[in-house]
Amino acid sequence: MENLAAAEQSVAKLSIEDSIEYLKSNHSQAIKLDDRDGYQGVIVDSDQLLDIARVIRDQLGFDYLSSATAVDYLGEGDHMEMVYHAYRSSGGGALVFKAQTDRDAAEIPSLVSVWRGADFQEREAWDLYGIRFPGHPNLARILMWEGFEGHPMRKDWREAYYEEERKPFDSRWPGGHVHRAEEKNVFGKNVSYPPDIDLNRLMDNSEEAVYSSLGLGVDVERIMDKDGFETNELVVNMGPHHPSTHGVFRMVLTVDGETVTSLEPVMGYLHRNHEKIGERNTYLHNIPFTDRLDYISSMGNNHGYVLAVEQLMSLGRKYNPPTYRCEALRVMMVELSRIVNHLWAIGFWLNDIGAFFTPVLYFIQERERILDFFEAVAGSRMMCNYMRFGGLFGDLPERIKSVSNLTNDRVRDYNTMQFLTEMINERIPRTIDELEILLTQNEILIERSMGVGILSAEDAINFSAAGPLLRGSGVAYDIRRADPYSIYPELDFDVAVEAEGDMYARYRVRVTELRESVRILKQILPRLEATAGESIWADGKPGAYAPRVPHGESYGRVENGKGELGYYIVSAGGRGGSSNPWRYHVRAPSFINLTPLGHMSKGYKVADIVGILGSIDIVLGETDR
Amino acid sequence: MDLNLQELNATEFPVPVELENNIAITSLSQLYNWGRRNSMWPMLFGLACCAIEMIATASSRFDFSRFGFEVMRATPRQADLMIVSGTVTKKMVVPIVRLYNQMPEPKYVLAMGACASGGGPFKEGYNVVSGMDKYLPVDVYVPGCPPTPQALLFGMIALQRKIDGQSIANGDDVPWYGEGPAEPTPVPVLGPDIIDPRQMDMIRRQAEVAASEMELLGQRELPALTQLVAAKVETAQAATAEAGPLDEDALSVVLPTGGTPWAEAEDIREKRRLRALARKALRASRRASQAEGE
Ligand code: SF4
Repeated sequence: MENLAAAEQSVAKLSIEDSIEYLKSNHSQAIKLDDRDGYQGVIVDSDQLLDIARVIRDQLGFDYLSSATAVDYLGEGDHMEMVYHAYRSSGGGALVFKAQTDRDAAEIPSLVSVWRGADFQEREAWDLYGIRFPGHPNLARILMWEGFEGHPMRKDWREAYYEEERKPFDSRWPGGHVHRAEEKNVFGKNVSYPPDIDLNRLMDNSEEAVYSSLGLGVDVERIMDKDGFETNELVVNMGPHHPSTHGVFRMVLTVDGETVTSLEPVMGYLHRNHEKIGERNTYLHNIPFTDRLDYISSMGNNHGYVLAVEQLMSLGRKYNPPTYRCEALRVMMVELSRIVNHLWAIGFWLNDIGAFFTPVLYFIQERERILDFFEAVAGSRMMCNYMRFGGLFGDLPERIKSVSNLTNDRVRDYNTMQFLTEMINERIPRTIDELEILLTQNEILIERSMGVGILSAEDAINFSAAGPLLRGSGVAYDIRRADPYSIYPELDFDVAVEAEGDMYARYRVRVTELRESVRILKQILPRLEATAGESIWADGKPGAYAPRVPHGESYGRVENGKGELGYYIVSAGGRGGSSNPWRYHVRAPSFINLTPLGHMSKGYKVADIVGILGSIDIVLGETDR
Repeated sequence: MDLNLQELNATEFPVPVELENNIAITSLSQLYNWGRRNSMWPMLFGLACCAIEMIATASSRFDFSRFGFEVMRATPRQADLMIVSGTVTKKMVVPIVRLYNQMPEPKYVLAMGACASGGGPFKEGYNVVSGMDKYLPVDVYVPGCPPTPQALLFGMIALQRKIDGQSIANGDDVPWYGEGPAEPTPVPVLGPDIIDPRQMDMIRRQAEVAASEMELLGQRELPALTQLVAAKVETAQAATAEAGPLDEDALSVVLPTGGTPWAEAEDIREKRRLRALARKALRASRRASQAEGE
């Protein structure tokens, strides 16, 4: 018996290659190595997917399912594929496994019973790709509305404004004569209807579909409570227009008095087809689009994307990795965005629990200072569009100036390094101190947030929670340490972690991370000074602006302010590689972190729900993409 | 225009000497607009990235309260101005139109950013409404992605100017000064694709046409590009001819130092374009000859 346990122990520590070897030798009939050019991992026979998934989780110890997404290989093998990236919560690389199915009547068993974090991701795959998941508890559309025609991410599905498969469109480059898309549509809008549309029987049943998928038939149900009183269970909609939902998010709650008995997130109100557009775009085109995912921390989004593409590019011959100065600058920008992100998150969370708009004003003020710096360096306050493959848009300017001042603004003309030094050594730490003095021991804050919205460590891992939500539940998982990238290994910082798993713990994690970010920034400053004058490009001149990316797949992930941000990119096409991604998928922390929301909210009061949502810290651009 | 007391006192109406500086005479419209423009409460309503800049505009550094946009209200019933701050999706346009219908008149709509004005970077998306004006009347468009807070403030001030020009005496000017209750905007329906009730007839007609051919409705062929371009060039030339000889000085622009002069940049771009065209033609001919060879 003990031997067996010991054997399991050692299996759970196998390296990725050995794990694959283990799978292959023990389940040879179900497993096939993925030997396509530039691909990794294994292809699992979809009949046995569920069993293999259990083996991967329980025996091999890959307990954290980071990403599950679909790819449509129309014309490249003509099958649908689900790609799963599983990690160990103790750190290390990914075990990639895939399951394939036909394009028509696509069906793959659901993994929700193994990893509940697959829930929303499978619904997304059903919605956008039309893959059915037998065994899924509620396989309804998630981003589009019920009744929408078709599954839009399939390669043969065309939007109403369709022009060509890939950019640049011939009409623009080198043609140069463009029609407004509206002119080409009879209705003057981007709509297209199926030819057999029956207008006489047209009903908008998307709302009923939402309620019925939640098992809610009517608005008010009569129930007897334990004392025999008749009480009403009420369905309450919060959102999509609601001041507490941080955008256009919607929650459908059933409440018994003030107590929430169930909560179901409803989303898609900001689904702007990021991935469909991303697959038409060239690789370079996508960088400004990533800015608009998590629009609070655009630098972090850039970073994840360029890492993913660089991973693919490194498979080819002509590839120069970024220089040291470039890496240092990247890390600095990302850490500054993390500070912006956490200040914003804490501020708006305080809004949600009742400190209406006073604290957040102080944080926004500090954010403005950082945005000024971004504007001077990248040219834009919010949408920085700063990173490039193998480099950056530009080095730091000598001085920070601006001509677009308001009259009551102090004139901006600083030496950049001086500005940075002052900001990092004085201003930001001062703000954090102030924040801590006023808030951390604040009686009201503690009363409101301690013991509310609890998520246990096992649940957090099983729900694929990421970022402060995961670390607030006592799991010390930070990608900068667990699966390091860039120059993080040589930087000295600690992973913030709190064990309680409540709102207060998440707040504490964010505050600690603010301090750790400052600590990192302080180490970056001397590195910048040491490399002053060096190029940010490997061979001294900007390159790889419009790369041809070698055949293969890659998954680049970074620890963003909101959690693990991953990009899954497939480059398909001829031997020379491709200039447009075949598949471009964003593993959005805000989206997946919402999976446990219903679970976390049960039994709390309506007023707490707002705070729980705020403590997860979502941004809709990323949730709905 | 703001109300200026001194200007108001310089009136042709006789004001007794002892009441001068105590009485101001103006038109009712002006007074009404003065009140309205300086108490425009926006709706607390964020859609996407632009909403973040809207919040920045509301907070201390830019502070739109200084201009009379006192405070944001979360309920449409207390709001005068809807700032459409971000990408409007088909799924979201339904609640937006409902919200608009719930706002009391007079009400205004400001389209903030490229997305709300015309679809922006996400225009081609299947779930994106390419511009708020496809469904609601928009008063002011603010370009930018996202517009800076300064740009948003400028747009809001432009709206105030617009209000100054409206008159309560003229019912045609703005609907709410006319007679009777105004019609609500029809709420779109989420069918197989979004359906604007105002286009129902058109869709029906198109469906009849398409039923015979079993094609997707909506696409249409345009006249050949060359014709269109020629027509555009013609109108442009006619317009310049009408405008008379150019005053070169008036058109000259001082370029910021360090940039490539405009003409030169144009030149470079044109050269690149020609080269790309040539490359493309070459590739096509190669492909053709290859196909022949096979
Ligand atoms: S205009 Fe730009 S910043 Fe504004 S919502 Fe659209 S994408 Fe976002």
